[in-house]
Amino acid sequence: MAKRATPEVNAGSMADIAFLLLIFFLMTTTMDTDTGLSRMLPPMVDAKQDDAPPINKRNVFVVLINAKNQLLVQGEWLNIRELKDRAKEFIENPADNEHLPAKEMVDVPFFGEYPVSKGVISLQNDRGTQYQQYITVQNELQRAYTELRDELSRRKFNKKFDELSSEEQDAVKMIYPQRISEAEPKNVGGKK
Amino acid sequence: MAKFRKEKAQGSQQLNTASLPDIVFMLLFFFMVSTSMKEVEMMVRMRAPEATELSKLEKKSLVSYIYVGTPLNPRKYGSEPRIQLNDSYETVDGIGNYILQERESMKESDRPKMTVSIKADHDVMMGTITDIKQALRKAQALKISYSARKKAEVK
Repeated sequence: MAKRATPEVNAGSMADIAFLLLIFFLMTTTMDTDTGLSRMLPPMVDAKQDDAPPINKRNVFVVLINAKNQLLVQGEWLNIRELKDRAKEFIENPADNEHLPAKEMVDVPFFGEYPVSKGVISLQNDRGTQYQQYITVQNELQRAYTELRDELSRRKFNKKFDELSSEEQDAVKMIYPQRISEAEPKNVGGKK
Repeated sequence: MAKFRKEKAQGSQQLNTASLPDIVFMLLFFFMVSTSMKEVEMMVRMRAPEATELSKLEKKSLVSYIYVGTPLNPRKYGSEPRIQLNDSYETVDGIGNYILQERESMKESDRPKMTVSIKADHDVMMGTITDIKQALRKAQALKISYSARKKAEVK
C-alpha cells in the first residue's frame, strides 16, 4: 500500500539546474593560455662596477633599433627581412670566417666534441622604438635560433626539434644556446 | 509485418532523458576544472604585438601580469600609456612592491619559477618597457615573457 503511494522524485529539472551552472562556467571561463616570447633578464649589476669581462668584437652581433624603427646591424642599415639570415650566418659561421664568432670545442651528449659558437647577439633599442618593432626583431632573432636548431635536429636525428626527447633537445640547445642580450638602456638617437 | 507496425504505433514512448543530467554534469565539471576566472578588469587598451615563435605560459599560478597601454577612459586618465597592476594604475615605482606581493602569495617552492608576463600594447614606446624591465631586474624577477599573439601567416 505504502509502496504504491511514494511517487518518484521528478528529476526532470535536474538537467535545467545543471545547464544553468554549465552556461555560467562556459561564460566565465578563459581557456586561452597566454603566449609570448620568453626571455631572461640579466641580474642587476652595480652601477660602479664596470669591469665586465671583455668580449671580443667578433663575437658580438650588434642590432640597434632607432626611434624610427630602423635597424642598424653590425654598423650597416638592414631590412628586417634580411635580419634572420644574417643572424643565422653569424651564429653558425659556416666558413670559419675570422670576422664571425670564434668557436670552442664542447663535449655534447649524442654529438661528441662539437664546435660551439661563442657569439652573442646584443639588442639595443631607443626609448622611442615602437614595441611592435622590438617584438618583431626579437621574433626574427628567435627564428634564427629555431631554424638552426631544427636544421641540426634534422641532420642528426631526422626529426624536428620539437619532436626530440628532452635530453636530445638539451644537447641541441648546448650547440646553439640562445644568447640574446638586451643591453642596458641607453638613450640614442634624439630625445624622447 | 503487421506485428511490427503495431509495436511501432504502440511504442511511441518518450525519449529517456534520465542520463541527460549526467552528461551535462560531466561537461559542467570539465569547465569547472578548466576554468580560471578573469582576475582583473582591463583598464588599458591592449592589443598584443604579433609574433610567430611563441611559447606557451603553462602554469597560470606562476605568472604575474603587467599591463601596459593607453587608458580605456582617456577623458579621465589621459591618453599617455599607463601601467596597470591588478586593478589600478601604477607608476614604474609600484612594480617593485607588486612583484614582492606576488612573490609572497606564492608557495615557497614556486617562487624561483615565477614568470612576469608583460602584456603591452603594440604601439607603446620602448621607453616604458625599458623602465619596466629595469624595475623587474631590481626586483629580481628575471623570468619574463613578452606577451604576443600568433601572427597570421603571410606567405
